[in-house]
Amino acid sequence: MIGQYLEQASTFAQDIDHLVLLITVVVGFWFLLAQFLFFGFILKFRAQEGKKASYIGGEKKSEKRWVSIPHYATLFFDVMIIIAAIRVWQDVKMQMPQADSTVRVIAQQWAWTFVHPGPDNKLDTADDIRTIDELHVELGKTYHFELQSRDVLHSFSVPAFRLKQDAIPGRTIKGWFKTTLSGGFDIQCTEICGIGHGLMPARILIEKPEDHATWVKANAPLAAAAPAPTDVAPTGGSR
Amino acid sequence: MSTATADSHGHAHDAHGHHDQGFIQKYLWSTDHKIIGFQYMFTGMFMALIGGFTVYAFRMQLAFPGMSVPGFGRVTAHDYNSLVTTHGSVMIFWVAMPVLIAALGNYLIPLMIGCDDMVFPRLNRLSYQIFLVSAIVLIASFFVDGGAFGGAWTSYPPLSAKAAYNLTPKGAPMWLIAVALEFVAFLLGGINFVTTVMNSRAPGMKMFDVPIVVWMIIIASILFMASVGPLVAGAVMLLFDQTVGTGFFDPAKGGDPVLWQHLFWFFGHPEVYVVLLPAMGIVAEIITVFSRKKLFAYKTVLYTAIGTGVLSFFVWAHHQFVAGIDPRMANIFSVTTLLISIPVAEMVFVYIATLYGGSIRLTTPMLWALAFIGEFLLGGVTGIFLGSSGSDIYFHDTYFVIAHFHYTFFPIAFIGSFAAITYWFPKMFGKMMNETFGKVHFWGTIISFNFIFIPLFFLGARGDHRRIYDYTNFPDLMKPGMQDMRVLATVALLVLLAFQVVFLANLFYSIVKGPKADKNPWKANTLEWVAESPPPHGNFPELPSVYRGPYEYSHPDAKDDYWPQNEPPPAAAS
Repeated sequence: MIGQYLEQASTFAQDIDHLVLLITVVVGFWFLLAQFLFFGFILKFRAQEGKKASYIGGEKKSEKRWVSIPHYATLFFDVMIIIAAIRVWQDVKMQMPQADSTVRVIAQQWAWTFVHPGPDNKLDTADDIRTIDELHVELGKTYHFELQSRDVLHSFSVPAFRLKQDAIPGRTIKGWFKTTLSGGFDIQCTEICGIGHGLMPARILIEKPEDHATWVKANAPLAAAAPAPTDVAPTGGSR
Repeated sequence: MSTATADSHGHAHDAHGHHDQGFIQKYLWSTDHKIIGFQYMFTGMFMALIGGFTVYAFRMQLAFPGMSVPGFGRVTAHDYNSLVTTHGSVMIFWVAMPVLIAALGNYLIPLMIGCDDMVFPRLNRLSYQIFLVSAIVLIASFFVDGGAFGGAWTSYPPLSAKAAYNLTPKGAPMWLIAVALEFVAFLLGGINFVTTVMNSRAPGMKMFDVPIVVWMIIIASILFMASVGPLVAGAVMLLFDQTVGTGFFDPAKGGDPVLWQHLFWFFGHPEVYVVLLPAMGIVAEIITVFSRKKLFAYKTVLYTAIGTGVLSFFVWAHHQFVAGIDPRMANIFSVTTLLISIPVAEMVFVYIATLYGGSIRLTTPMLWALAFIGEFLLGGVTGIFLGSSGSDIYFHDTYFVIAHFHYTFFPIAFIGSFAAITYWFPKMFGKMMNETFGKVHFWGTIISFNFIFIPLFFLGARGDHRRIYDYTNFPDLMKPGMQDMRVLATVALLVLLAFQVVFLANLFYSIVKGPKADKNPWKANTLEWVAESPPPHGNFPELPSVYRGPYEYSHPDAKDDYWPQNEPPPAAAS
């Protein structure tokens, strides 16, 4: 379904696409059945000269089952979808697998700052790599992200990952993803954040291990360059 | 206007009298429920033109980024946000609410329950006047320093709370004041509706003899009144944040921006059903009349409507799955949200079952009512993708959401209103509308509507996110075919807007020049068709009594295929 149009670049992209497919099949069947009956009745029971409509109250038990059977069917399929949905939700949002690395994502009006852990693979050290509107990650690795906002609500969305999470000023929200495909993909801000909301495109670059290592090496700042800890308390409104 | 018989039962509101009134007294300062209904209806229509103009401007920008839109000019990012915000707010608060609930509630309730007016006619007048002020405040916000608010109709803080963030120092509070005033207007109207139905039903009309549309408006009014309180409180808090520097929603001062989302959606989701239920009621009236069928399982419809209403208070956080709420909460709200599909689906099943065995005549109102069912079905089933937490992670805030809720809101606000207006037009104005133009308008609207929103489902599934004024900045969203779909949606919108001219022309031409309508042109059962067309002040020459339910069509004991509620049974008549 969605996978045909949009790359699946994270492990859970496939799970979400499967869930979407399941829902499409279930509701699609009911949708088509209902439309078939609906149009069928309209065509079949058109007014004819001298023919009176039937008098059906729909209160008798034998009549009511035309509503009660679909009622229980709806309930059954609802439960099925709920179970599938919650399983996906648990995977994406509730259970965080062990991370290989952690990145910090800081949103503000109207740019993204990405803090990469640098050669020592630890955040808030002198060798952190800070970039604007470009997030570099390594193929096949599991990442945690720490999402923060400096001013208003933003939302960190990577369609190729099927991932979305709002950023809230004053909070650090954690999440994860594991990359499965190399290449460059859009990062969007999906929560309206002012007049520059449409001007917050960023890119995520998923690099093969050797390319990523080269990038880290080339961009790691010399010791004691970045005053990183100020990012922990994201209250300042200035860029 | 004066009739002696009307006066004889007009004791409940002698003060506003039944004497000849001047134009202002009669049309602008009236306490007559029908006139107030018209005031709401025409104000709603005027606001719909504003809502339509805003969508025209921003969809042109999406299809042809950077163009100078005829009649508007270049749409800047700031304009774009103001336009989408105004479109959303206007269409829900100043079009769907006034037309479906206030206009039809006011016009229909006293006529359908067989009384002469609302029990609080002056409260009713006040309700409209406050509503009018709210609309004026909203429109005025376009012309103040900084322009109209652009933080979306949901107005999430901190963006909405600080002028430094939203850059609309005057527009933001004005938007909030307008919305709050609108709520006050509908609270007054709701009190009036509920009280009137409880107290003024015609003799013999039991609660289960009340037409479904009246029930639906009552249930909707109760939902509205029960859900709006927290949001009014929230609006005052937000107004304080904006104007006097409090920090209810400001994390730097110990507040919490997510609190607003809870207050907003605790109202915002029931609000969906507040407008859905009256539209469902309209459809029930029309399909029974034009299929000459008794409504299938009247009580089931009623219980599902009440069930939907009750459940609607427990689903709000499905708007906030990825908003930073506790992820465990998403599981609970996913369950309640999917469960609400049961009563709503059941209502649709009942309506389809009602068609079975009918004698269906495809008049213009019937076409609209049927189109409501057909289109709403798609809106309903696509909601499952969003209510299920796992898939909402992807679909949240994409065009899939937009397409989904337009497949619910467009049928509700427009298809429902067109059904109602074309159906009750003969009663309202004593004239018949032109059927040919009615059908041209119907097909033009329905076909173009689908061509607007089907592409948006696909765009959303491919990752188009909301409230973006120019997609050319996003390489993944400019893949082959995607811009073509945006253009297709915009062209279809232009067609849809153009066809509304047919409706307006038909409406106003028919009011003036339409052929005269008799009392009961559709041969319907409910009490409004007992009154003259149009009904005079006081409605009925003699208040009707009720002997049966509203949907006794094709009853084996009746001499015709309809059996008006007020017609005495054969034994009693002799």
